[in-house]
Amino acid sequence: MAKQVFKRPEALTDNIFHYCPGCGHSIIHRLIAEVIDEFGIREKTVGVPPAGCAVLAYNYIDVDMGEAPHGRAIAVATGIKRARPALTVFTYQGDGDIAAIGTAETIHAANRGERLTAIFVNNGVYGMTGGQMAPTTLLGQTTTTTPGGRLPLRDGFPLDLSQMLALAAGSVYIERTAVTSPKNIIKTKKAIRKAFQVQMDDLGFALVEILSQCPTNWKLSPLEACRRVEEEVVKIYPLGIIKDTTDKSN
Amino acid sequence: MAKQAKQLMCGSHVIAEAATRAGCRFYAGYPITPQNELPEYMSKRFADLEDATFIQAESELAAINMVMGASMAGARVMTSSSSPGISLKQEAISYMAGMELPAVVVNIMRGGPGLGNIAPTQQDYFQATRGGGHGGYRTIVLAPYSGQELVTLTMKAFDLADAYRTPVILLGDGLMGQMMEPVTFPDPIDPATLPENAWVLDGAKGRDSRLVASLYLDPVKMEQFNWKLARKYAAICERETQHESYLLDDAVIGVVAFGTAARIAKGAVNRVREAGLKAGLFRPITLWPFPGKALRSLTRTIKHLLVFEMNFGQMVEDVRISVGEQATVHFHGRPGGIISTPHEIGGAITKLIYRHQLNN
Repeated sequence: MAKQVFKRPEALTDNIFHYCPGCGHSIIHRLIAEVIDEFGIREKTVGVPPAGCAVLAYNYIDVDMGEAPHGRAIAVATGIKRARPALTVFTYQGDGDIAAIGTAETIHAANRGERLTAIFVNNGVYGMTGGQMAPTTLLGQTTTTTPGGRLPLRDGFPLDLSQMLALAAGSVYIERTAVTSPKNIIKTKKAIRKAFQVQMDDLGFALVEILSQCPTNWKLSPLEACRRVEEEVVKIYPLGIIKDTTDKSN
Repeated sequence: MAKQAKQLMCGSHVIAEAATRAGCRFYAGYPITPQNELPEYMSKRFADLEDATFIQAESELAAINMVMGASMAGARVMTSSSSPGISLKQEAISYMAGMELPAVVVNIMRGGPGLGNIAPTQQDYFQATRGGGHGGYRTIVLAPYSGQELVTLTMKAFDLADAYRTPVILLGDGLMGQMMEPVTFPDPIDPATLPENAWVLDGAKGRDSRLVASLYLDPVKMEQFNWKLARKYAAICERETQHESYLLDDAVIGVVAFGTAARIAKGAVNRVREAGLKAGLFRPITLWPFPGKALRSLTRTIKHLLVFEMNFGQMVEDVRISVGEQATVHFHGRPGGIISTPHEIGGAITKLIYRHQLNN
């Protein structure tokens, strides 16, 4: 009998992803499901999906899920986690969700050291609503609400939420990764794994910012979109560990 | 149950203690006058309970969304605020109506619109009884008028929220929140004895994963869900209206008032009764569902109703809808936080009785 070397994670349903070709969400969903499987925590994990393209994440990630209003995922997750501390609770949020409308909730959850894992998907646009400027949109980038490109003193600078969160004393682990290549995908999975581990070790707030590609709204092919992340986006949002105090916390 | 000694407590503390005894184990709030005594009491009370969580949130938005999360996780939950803060909570209240999540939301009303003032008013009747947020939902609204009723209605609010899987609003004002009255409490409920709900997010152990959401992209499913809500609201209207009738049997005029206004109106009714005039009080205890049928049945004998509210006319619309042409509806309002006296309301009743020759 042939040996099975690759299969769908148990924490992933067999529903067909609704995401556009080349979108990073489906990769990230799978990585989360793989990590949940590896930790064996599918039966004690609750996820909070965002508004936006990933609002339907609950159709794919096969754990208990509770919807949150736009921007409030971390507050909702805080309530779930505090009411049932034995659960592992993660949020899945886009840049508009976590870094614009939900900035306050995010910073204060990090500051309280909420034992939560936040998966922050940064693709620099509001994808679901048609590609408007996000807080993370690069300077000069054309979006449907910055037709001539983003101007800093009119539209603001690209916001670096992860750096801001690193300043919060309650945050323990923050890393920025990408999902543009097998190498980056492996690193992202490692980071997600660690962000779950930090929560399970009861250390404090953990977040992985994942630079993701949005070929549809960027009006690029999937390959061009990956190249754009690797060549342009990382210049403003460099990959790597932003904060890690896990050793000191022990 | 052992007989409990009477305790002299301010209204906000009463709500907090009653909530704890009702099994509330999650509270999140944000400071705003005139309800600060409530979160302060909760922080102290919950510090002694191992299974309870108090969070002073960074905003009203965060507080109500934390409450939403804890409700998903199956806790009995409460938040409290005052008018402007309640406005901020409306988005999440709408979501909870759409997700069918139980929660108790206390609004210790202040003057408005905008920042208004902190004096007692009833300016949020419309907001409370019409849902308050987007999407055409309703919330049960309870309007206590005494310290002891703060105990019973706070505890009842949790039961109603669970029974109908809906947010319930406890609507008071600065006077209800600050006033000291002697109260007794029933024995506390152990939350562990409450029935487990089949929708709670507690990890998909040995079962299919669950979803708590208000998103229905398919119009057919959205319509099915909204009809389900409509049926639920109809059932609440059918079963849960509550009111007090006071000296209405022989009355020629009925005062209609709720909450603090009803407390004042009761004093006014007593005053004019002492003068030999036959007035009575109809006091809605549930504002939604509004006890319209009971009010309409009064009009078989009472042809004049005086609605007294601490606003410039909100519940009076529900009174008019309820009685139609069967009675003449008069209105007396004080919308700024000036607390009317029984003397003032007694004067208004007396004038109407003489003007319409009701004392013959």
